[in-house]
Amino acid sequence: MIPIAYYLILSAILFSIGVAAFLIKRNIISIFMSIELMLNAVNLTFVAFAHRWHQVNGQIFVFFVMVVAAAEAAVGLAIIIALFRTRGTLNVDQVDLMKL
Amino acid sequence: MYLVLFLIFGGLCVAGALNLLLQHHPINSALSLIVVMTSLAVLYLLLGAEFLAAAQVIVYSGAIMVLFTFVIMLLNAGVEERTHGSKAAYIVGFPGAAALLGILVYIFLKQKDHLGGAKLGGYLVTTHDLSSVLFRDLLLPFEVTSVLILVAILGAVALARKEH
Repeated sequence: MIPIAYYLILSAILFSIGVAAFLIKRNIISIFMSIELMLNAVNLTFVAFAHRWHQVNGQIFVFFVMVVAAAEAAVGLAIIIALFRTRGTLNVDQVDLMKL
Repeated sequence: MYLVLFLIFGGLCVAGALNLLLQHHPINSALSLIVVMTSLAVLYLLLGAEFLAAAQVIVYSGAIMVLFTFVIMLLNAGVEERTHGSKAAYIVGFPGAAALLGILVYIFLKQKDHLGGAKLGGYLVTTHDLSSVLFRDLLLPFEVTSVLILVAILGAVALARKEH
């Protein structure tokens, strides 16, 4: 038997690494991947609390987060492809204008 | 036994996430993110979420990460360039993330006794339990999500299409 707090601490570690990667990475795809890492960290918290309170609803929430993350990944990567076509770069420092 | 499994896969998670942070090439980051997601699936199993463990492998490490690696290879993304903008991010990024981690760990350790513990097989949510809640009580949100997926697919096709 291990404390639920360990799961929450693991989730906090993953979330913090995601935040750091989001701020430090310059490649737009890497930034997008760190968002996915943060979503996964929060999912772990939901499952841990679902275990703690014996509630199915926590796991349902994770299911919906997964579905929305899949939709978000599809649209986000399409935007990245469109961005690469017009600017020819993936570096976020060079994409700082709303119009070309 | 439980602690050993937790330590192995929790350690894999943290190692994969750190590798994502430290690698300069996006494809290396993507592959280490797959390690993180697959080890998270094992942790879900330890917490008694069998359906979510399967969905994590199929949806996250399967579908989403395949999409990521596909786009990285399609755009031929190379090693990240270091530019001036990333200096400010270094100054804010590491201390900010460390402060967030410190606060969260402090709170969780303080509340450790109230949060209780997890046993192997202590609480198992079968696919039957999950689906009876999902399709009886939450049918409308489920259907709305399917509309969301449809709109996302149409949006992705419209965005990525070549303009004539």
